[in-house]
Amino acid sequence: MSTAADDTMVRAEGVHKRFGSLEVLKGVDLEVQRSEVMVILGPSGSGKSTFLRCINHLEKINRGRITVDGTIVGYRQKGDTLHELKESEVARERAAIGMVFQRFNLFPHMTALQNVTEAPVCVLGQSREKARTHGRELLDRVGLADKADAYPGQLSGGQQQRVAIARALAMKPKLMLFDEPTSALDPELVGEVLDVMKGLASDGMTMVVVTHETGFAREVADSVVFMDDGVVVEEAPPEELFGNPQHERTKRFLATVL
Amino acid sequence: MTTGDSLSSAPAPDAGADIKAVPVRRPGRILAAILIAVLAAAAISSIVQNPRFQWGTVGEFLFAPTVVSGALKTLELTAISMVVGIFLGIVLAIMRLSPNPLVAGASGFYIWLFRGTPVLVQILFWSFIAALYPDISVGIPFTGVEFFSVKANDIFLPFVAAVLALGLNEGAYMAEIVRAGFVSVDQGQEEAAKALGMRRMQTIRRIILPQAMRVIIPPTGNEVISMLKTTSLVAFVAFPDLLYAVTVIYSQNFKQIPLLIVASIWYLFFTTILSIGQYFIERHYGRGTAAAGPQPLMARVWQLVFTTRHSDLAEKKGKPPATAPGEEPPERHGL
Repeated sequence: MSTAADDTMVRAEGVHKRFGSLEVLKGVDLEVQRSEVMVILGPSGSGKSTFLRCINHLEKINRGRITVDGTIVGYRQKGDTLHELKESEVARERAAIGMVFQRFNLFPHMTALQNVTEAPVCVLGQSREKARTHGRELLDRVGLADKADAYPGQLSGGQQQRVAIARALAMKPKLMLFDEPTSALDPELVGEVLDVMKGLASDGMTMVVVTHETGFAREVADSVVFMDDGVVVEEAPPEELFGNPQHERTKRFLATVL
Repeated sequence: MTTGDSLSSAPAPDAGADIKAVPVRRPGRILAAILIAVLAAAAISSIVQNPRFQWGTVGEFLFAPTVVSGALKTLELTAISMVVGIFLGIVLAIMRLSPNPLVAGASGFYIWLFRGTPVLVQILFWSFIAALYPDISVGIPFTGVEFFSVKANDIFLPFVAAVLALGLNEGAYMAEIVRAGFVSVDQGQEEAAKALGMRRMQTIRRIILPQAMRVIIPPTGNEVISMLKTTSLVAFVAFPDLLYAVTVIYSQNFKQIPLLIVASIWYLFFTTILSIGQYFIERHYGRGTAAAGPQPLMARVWQLVFTTRHSDLAEKKGKPPATAPGEEPPERHGL
């Protein structure tokens, strides 16, 4: 509601996350503007996937706060105290945030089209008719119009991931989270998924992408974040971060991946 | 001298033709077949020639009205108890996996209690419940407010007691079967549903349960067959099921053996029907994942007997992972 929130889609302030005694996030501060494409890089175990999962409350944070579109994720603030949101309220928040997983997580007992229409019908209460029409448009958009009636087991990894993107888009999200969307794919299938993501970016979708695809980061990202050991080490536009990294850790990491 | 030598010197077999080799001899098989044939012949001749089996009496009572009505009661009891058990099992499994520790604990306690005592004891308990609670009333606890009250003996008729005992007991076993099914579904499925904004119950109903069915169905089939036979325990509380019907008859004519054979024939008939059903249901849910192990003899028999008819059906239905026309068959995918 505050004026500062107007152009900020995601704001993370001092986010801490522990799993038992293991501290995975040690104070993450980040801001993602509306229509911005942010790529998060970092070695495995740096906390980048965990941070992404905190944005839609798949993980509860232990300290700090995250707001999406000006609303605190998972809580309601009254005075100085935070109140946990009810399951239905958390679900409503999540419905507006699309997420794409490393392992696709398509529903194997449903066709591609049913995967795409399930949530709009079940969560948004759209009519089956309308959802199917919209679902076919989305499958067409990711280049899979002819696979509407195929089951996930009959699709290649790249096709499955594109269905997963269409499934997320069907909820008309204001923000899309990508958790290593191409890491489980055969190399020759990576391109088709990245192409769909580039298309989304040029349509003005706000995206936070955890990936190892530095080429995608250079080409599409507005800003690149390097995370290590639970903190943001460095954030810069891609040409700066890749061309002239400021921190020793960033340099070492880029030397290994480039 | 060695086969290797003879092979290397022999001309190479025609590369274009399939291998035609002399099969390995299996003398053990022939021996076993002879042994089984001899034993079977001995058993059959003793069964046929021993007059004390009284096959005439078996034929006389096989379709006696009380026996047939007992058999139907057994079926009815099996069906109703299984419906109660399956419903309860799903509820208990959902409770057991609830994030609320109290709810999960209550389900755990139930399973512990009902799995931990013999079902016969439970049947007897329910039939004697009137001794424990002579009057059953519905009201607000601890306030003395009472809406209505009945005598326990009026509602806990043998049938109700039997269904309660068998159904509640079955619920505990089904809960573990359903839970195993839920746990077998990949964690990512629940996350994907959550991320789409689906609630827990929507996720269970639409995403988890349909996938868990593949794991749940086969043991449930076993439970049905097991239940059919377990219902015979209700003869202890004078419920007129199949076993009770034959005991009543043989307590009058003292022809215990032929009447027990009558009951056995009925039980075998029902379990055979159920096994056939189970075979096809399992095949339906196991498509694409079924391990290609050796099939049990009876399964092969059902396949031989029913395959032609069933494949006609399958073609007409052409449901799920059926291959889309003009496409290669899907590889075995780990759904």
